[in-house]
Amino acid sequence: MSRNIYVKHRPAVIGAGLTLFRRRLLETPKELAWIAAKQALEEAGLTLKDIDCVVIGSAPDTFDGVHMKGEYLADGAGGVNKPVMRVFVGGATGVMVPIAAWWHVASGHCKTVLAVAEEKMSDADIPHPQAVFRYIWDPVTEVPLQPNLIWIFAMEMHRYMYKCGVKKEDIALVSVKNKRNALDHPAAQVAANITVDDVLKSEVLVWPVQLLDISPVSDGAAAFVVASEDIARRQTDTPVWIDGVGWALDTTSWTNRDLAFPEYANVAAQMAYRMAGITNPRKEIDVAEVYDPFDYKELHHMEGLGLAKKCEAPILTREGVTQRDGDLPINPSGGLLGVGNPIAAAGTMKVAEIYWQLAGKAGKRQVKKPVYTGLAHAWGDLMQASTVVIMRV
Amino acid sequence: MSRRVAIVGVGWYGFRPVVEEASFREMMFEAAVRAYEDAGGINPRTDVDAFASCQEDFWEGIAIADEFAPEPIGGTLKPVFTTPGDGLQCVASAYMMIKTGQFDVVVAESHAKPSDIVNMHDIILFAMDPITTRAINMPNYHAIAALEAQAYMSRYNVPREALAYVVSKDKRNALLNERASYGANITVDDVLNMPYSVSPLTRLDIAPFVDAAVVVVLAGEDVARRFTDTPVWVDGIHWVTEDPSLEYHSWEFPRHAMLAAETAYKMAGIQDPIKELHFAEVDARYSFKELQFIEALKLAPPGEAHKLLLEGAFDRDGLFPVNPSGGALGEGVPLEVHGLARLLNAVLQLRGEAGRAQLGKAERAVVHSWRGVPTTTSVVAVLVGDVDGELAHNYFPTCVGNTY
Repeated sequence: MSRNIYVKHRPAVIGAGLTLFRRRLLETPKELAWIAAKQALEEAGLTLKDIDCVVIGSAPDTFDGVHMKGEYLADGAGGVNKPVMRVFVGGATGVMVPIAAWWHVASGHCKTVLAVAEEKMSDADIPHPQAVFRYIWDPVTEVPLQPNLIWIFAMEMHRYMYKCGVKKEDIALVSVKNKRNALDHPAAQVAANITVDDVLKSEVLVWPVQLLDISPVSDGAAAFVVASEDIARRQTDTPVWIDGVGWALDTTSWTNRDLAFPEYANVAAQMAYRMAGITNPRKEIDVAEVYDPFDYKELHHMEGLGLAKKCEAPILTREGVTQRDGDLPINPSGGLLGVGNPIAAAGTMKVAEIYWQLAGKAGKRQVKKPVYTGLAHAWGDLMQASTVVIMRV
Repeated sequence: MSRRVAIVGVGWYGFRPVVEEASFREMMFEAAVRAYEDAGGINPRTDVDAFASCQEDFWEGIAIADEFAPEPIGGTLKPVFTTPGDGLQCVASAYMMIKTGQFDVVVAESHAKPSDIVNMHDIILFAMDPITTRAINMPNYHAIAALEAQAYMSRYNVPREALAYVVSKDKRNALLNERASYGANITVDDVLNMPYSVSPLTRLDIAPFVDAAVVVVLAGEDVARRFTDTPVWVDGIHWVTEDPSLEYHSWEFPRHAMLAAETAYKMAGIQDPIKELHFAEVDARYSFKELQFIEALKLAPPGEAHKLLLEGAFDRDGLFPVNPSGGALGEGVPLEVHGLARLLNAVLQLRGEAGRAQLGKAERAVVHSWRGVPTTTSVVAVLVGDVDGELAHNYFPTCVGNTY
C-alpha cells in the first residue's frame, strides 16, 4: 500500500446530528435518519441541495426488519436522486461510515457527503432483540449449538481478566465513569450516578457479565456532514479533518483467536496511525471514543489501539487518567454504556462526539485539557472487526 | 491524484441454477483464486490493499453476513468491508479508494446462492416498506414490475412484440455464452404464445435466478501493468438511488439509471454514447427493463427503443449490440452479483476473450445494473479496452455530483 500524503481533496467533518437514544422510539427508521441528518445539515450550514453523495450505515437488516435496508433508508437519509452507498461491518459499521465518506471526498468523486447511521433495535423479535444474534453464526457448525452472543463475550471477558489479572471491581469503574459522563449528554438513554458496588450487585447475565456491565437495547440515529477542504473552509471556522482511516476484519473462526488481545483493533489502528503520521498514539491522541458495548471492552480496545500497554488499561482507569478531566479522556460522551447502543448509530455518535470535542462544541461534556487530535473506534462482527478514524483540528 | 483505474483480473464460479458441490464460501474462494490467477498470479495476502464485498444479509440467511467475507478471498486481518448493494457498487468503492491514492490494488467481490433460499417471495416482501406496501401482501412480487411494464408500454405505445423480441434476442445470444444457463433458440411467437404470469409479462419475460460468484481485481494506473498486459479501464462509474417508495418514483422511466449514466459518461468524456461506445451490458431482469434502460442510458430517445430494437439495431450483429452475453434473461440473475456478471462479460469482450460470443468491434462499453424490485438503484460504468486508452481518456472532472 502506498502512502499518499498529498490527498488533494482533504475531507473534513463540518456538522453532526443525533436523535435521542431510547428503547421503543415511535419514529420510523426513515424518520430517525432524517432527524439526525437535518441536524447535521443545519450545523454545517448546508441544505440537501448542496449534498453530492450519501453514505448510509446500518447494521443487520433484521433489527429494523427490512430487507435491503439501505434502499429503504435512502429517502430518510436524504439520498433521493443521489448516489447512495451503504456500508456494513456489523457493530463496527458506525465508524466505517466516516471511512467511506472519507474516500468519497478524498477521491474527488464527491465534494459533500451526508453520512447517516440508523438502527432501530427494539422492533426486532419478541421477547428480546438478542434473538437476532441467533443467526449470526456459522450455519453449519455453530447455529445448531444455539449460542448466545453474551456467552462469547463472557468468555472473552474471563480470558482478559485471567490473562491480565484484572478484578471485576476495576472493570466496573468503566461502567461507573461512562454512565456518569452520560449525565451531561442530552441524548443519553442510561446515564446514571452509580457506584462500583451497584455494578457488582447487578443481575448476573452470563458470568462474569452483569447487567450494568453491558450497554442497552436502543433506537436512534446519528449523522454528520463531510466536505472537501474548499467547502469546509467556506462553511466553518472549525473544520475537523479526517486525517487517518483504518479498518480490519479478522477470521470468522473466533474460536481460534487470542481472546485476551484484540489483534484486529491493532491492525486497524496501525493503518490509521500510519496514514495520519502518528508514531506514539498514547502521547499524540488527546481524546478517544473507544467502542464500549461492555465495560471490559473499553479496556480491551484501549490496549488494542495502543492507547495503553497490554494489561495497562485497568491501571490507567483506576488512576483516573481516562476521566473527562484526566490526561487521556476516554469516552467523554458516556459511550455506549451511558448514551446507548443503537449499533451503527452508536459508532457514528462517537465520531460526532470527537468532532464536537475537537471543534470545542461539546458544551458540558468538553474535556478539561485542550484537544487537537482525536480517535473514534468501533468494533463488530464475531469479535472480529475494527474501524478507526483519526481526526484533527 | 487523478490516476486511472484498471480492472486487472476477473474470476467467476457457478452461473448454474444450482451449484451443489460448493458452499457460498467455497464459491467465493474459487472465483477469487481464478481472479488472482488472472491478475498474473497475485497473492492477496501481500499484494491486495483492501477488499469490498457486496452482499445482503437476507439473501445469505445470516444476520451479519459480513463476518464471512474475509477468509475465502484472502482478506483475513486486512481491510475488508461489506456494501449491501449490487456488485458494481463495490467496484465503485474500489474505484474511489484507488483514486484517493492510499490504495493501489483493491478487490471487489460478490456472491449469491439463490438456490438456498426457500422463501424468496417472503424475503422480497421484507424489502417493501413495512407500513405502506408490505401490508398489501401482494401475492406475486413480480406484480410491481408488471405495473411498471404496463405504465411504460401505454405511455410510449410499446407493443408486446418488442418485449418478446428482447427475450428471443437475449436467449439466443446466451447460446454463445459459455456461462449462460438459460440460452434457448426461441422465437418472438414462442414468447407471445406463452400464458401471462403477471400481465403483460410471461414466464419467459422474467429472468430466472442463478448461483454465482464473481471477483474483480482493480489497480491504479501506475501499478496495473505489473499484473496484466490487457488492463480494462474504468473511465466512468456512478450510482444513483431514486425515491425508494413505490408511490413516488416514475414507473415509466428509470430516472436513477439516467442520472447515473449522465455522470458516468461525463467522467469518461463521452458525449454521444451510441457513437462513441460499441456495446452495452444492461440490466434485463424483465424484458421491458432492457428497453427502459436502453433509453435511460441514452442509447435511444425515450420511448423509441422498441422501434430500433425491432429493426435489429440491438442484435449482436446490429448497430449497437445490447446484452451480447444474453443478459439476465439468458444468464440468470445472481442477486447482487448481477452487476459484476455484466461487467465480467464486458471485460472479456474488451479483452477479446469472449470466445464464441466475441463481437467484431468491442473497445468501449457501458455496463449497467439495477437491484430489482422494489429498489430504485442503478449503477453505470464506462469500460474502455486498452487499445485506445489515450483517446477516450482526456477529461478528468474533479467533482461529479452537484455543482456546489
